[in-house]
Amino acid sequence: MAKTLAEKIWQEHIVRTAAGEPDLIYIDLHLIHEVTSAQAFDGLRLAGRKVRRPDLTIATEDHNTPTQNIDKPIADPVSKLQIDTLRNNCAEFGLRIHSLGDIDQGIVHVVGPQLGLTQPGMTIVCGDSHTSTHGAFGALAFGIGTSQVEHVLATQTLPLDPPKTMAINVEGTLQPGVSAKDIILAIIAQIGTGGGQGYVLEYRGSAIRALSMEGRMTVCNMSIEAGARAGLIAPDQTTFDYIRGRAHAPEDFDAALAYWSTLQSDTDAKFDVEITIDAETLAPFVTWGTNPAQGLPLTGAVPDPSLIADAEERGAAERALEYMDLKAGTPLKKIAIDTVFLGSCTNGRIEDLRTAATILNGKKISSSLRMLVVPGSARVRLQAEAEGLDKVFIEAGAEWRNAGCSMCLGMNPDQLAPGERSASTSNRNFEGRQGKGGRTHLVSPLVAAATAIRGTLSSPADL
Amino acid sequence: MEKFITHTGTGVPLRRSNVDTDQIIPALWLKLVTRTGYEDGLFGAWRKDPEFVLNKDEYKKGTILIAGLDFGTGSSREHAVWALQNYGFRVVISPRFADIFRGNSLKAGLLTVILPQEQVEALWAAVEANPNLEITVSLENRSVSYDGVSVGFELDDYTRWRLMEGLDDIGLTLKQTESIDEYEMKRSPLKPATLPAR
Ligand code: SF4
Repeated sequence: MAKTLAEKIWQEHIVRTAAGEPDLIYIDLHLIHEVTSAQAFDGLRLAGRKVRRPDLTIATEDHNTPTQNIDKPIADPVSKLQIDTLRNNCAEFGLRIHSLGDIDQGIVHVVGPQLGLTQPGMTIVCGDSHTSTHGAFGALAFGIGTSQVEHVLATQTLPLDPPKTMAINVEGTLQPGVSAKDIILAIIAQIGTGGGQGYVLEYRGSAIRALSMEGRMTVCNMSIEAGARAGLIAPDQTTFDYIRGRAHAPEDFDAALAYWSTLQSDTDAKFDVEITIDAETLAPFVTWGTNPAQGLPLTGAVPDPSLIADAEERGAAERALEYMDLKAGTPLKKIAIDTVFLGSCTNGRIEDLRTAATILNGKKISSSLRMLVVPGSARVRLQAEAEGLDKVFIEAGAEWRNAGCSMCLGMNPDQLAPGERSASTSNRNFEGRQGKGGRTHLVSPLVAAATAIRGTLSSPADL
Repeated sequence: MEKFITHTGTGVPLRRSNVDTDQIIPALWLKLVTRTGYEDGLFGAWRKDPEFVLNKDEYKKGTILIAGLDFGTGSSREHAVWALQNYGFRVVISPRFADIFRGNSLKAGLLTVILPQEQVEALWAAVEANPNLEITVSLENRSVSYDGVSVGFELDDYTRWRLMEGLDDIGLTLKQTESIDEYEMKRSPLKPATLPAR
């Protein structure tokens, strides 16, 4: 029978299947960070259990880590305790960890691909919802909770129900100034925060094929924002070229390549749902509300809730405008920004920094705002410095920081003050996500850079 | 894990959709390394508003949270489930839950019940008319009953059995160790390993 890519990977990982029970699925790679693992290790200790496959497990520190003065002890004692707990757990259970200061430290979803550990056809999990990022390589990758982290540590498997599949075909060529981030923001605005629920979203079509691995990771990263279980892109030459030469690329690369080349949905495979998006019609996108589906093309205006027919949605829009302190009808480009954040597992990779640097090169950011540039990993930072990007950012007036989740979420010192408004390349605009009372507009790196120069939400075309 | 067979309590109407896990438990609370102590962080930002439903005297004893569409979206933090449990909730009812949240809740023994939007609206109205209304959620019958009304809900047999027995998933899987060993013998040697570090 014809199968989708998700179904193929699923079947290859079934350890046991029994009527009326979830399938037991083998996990090829388990990524760990400090926030969602402490209680799982505690559980193991209490039950006297070991980590079944330390050689399929890797840890890094990202959510709590400061992005300045990283050579000093972590100032916040609670953050320090959480990180020390991870370090101790890794030592006790024999796990590899990349700690602050290590060249391979960084956001967990940047570190896996960069080491070459993320490969096509794998199952990958992490106690973090943006694990969907790794789907860009044709791996089935999903976020799990702490109970499941413990389960994977103990058994290297998870009992799971098979997902449904949705094909999202993005056909055509993107206009200049439109990027992967705009594709995914537009998809989420179209299908809603629950639209992908229960599905693996397989992104296909010529516009997806044309994306770099970084762009594909951006798209897959935000699948969870549409409620999806995972995002997936079939591997191709772009994927293979990215993996070749990385530390954990297969030694017998040709053999791996032969297998990877089979990893596609069959041409006659049936998806439960299929939608098509015309890439030519996409424009730079920005969110105006407090969930990632509340977004519009940058040329639009803040919507008028009274014109929304659905009562639920209307109520949500009213609340969002109140929280965001926005008036219906205001052109999005008139919205003044206090902080621009370039970084996160969505847009903190080398290509994202390069893109933003092209716009900022030789220019100054507006005196009305601050800009934080935070590489996704220590290696990205080093590479950017080797290419001189740090100088571009610093000369433009931005702050050049060390790797971590930073202002993507309010767990480390980089936070918005109450009422402060950001244009952020991260993935969530929830109330208080970037700091209590902070207001977030999600944007692409191109829009972030143009906004930094003009002071109000802008695209490079406005410069 | 505590067994869940049936629970009778009062409801708390949370008339909001898209309640993400950042709202259920704000990031600052994620720094704890325990599974308890999250009750004060539950809906942390909203709790400061005296009008917020959890702050109203009549709903202080509620154990069944009745929420709008897409409850638990966003971050995978299981702390959201622990916060609801630490506070005293045994059941959350919504027309639709985010997958990861629902998975987490059913692992940790917090029953998440999916009811159609109309039923949720009816429950909101009933609880707002009478905050002391007794609601019984029976996993045995897969039903929610109050005020002479009884509505059924779906939950697969396996999860229901596991919750009613209070069984730990890991213990169940460890019984399958032989199958896991067998799978590992057949596993492709091309797959990467994290150790030794290269
Ligand atoms: S960058 Fe943001 S979304 Fe990504 S792992 Fe860190 S906190 Fe989560």
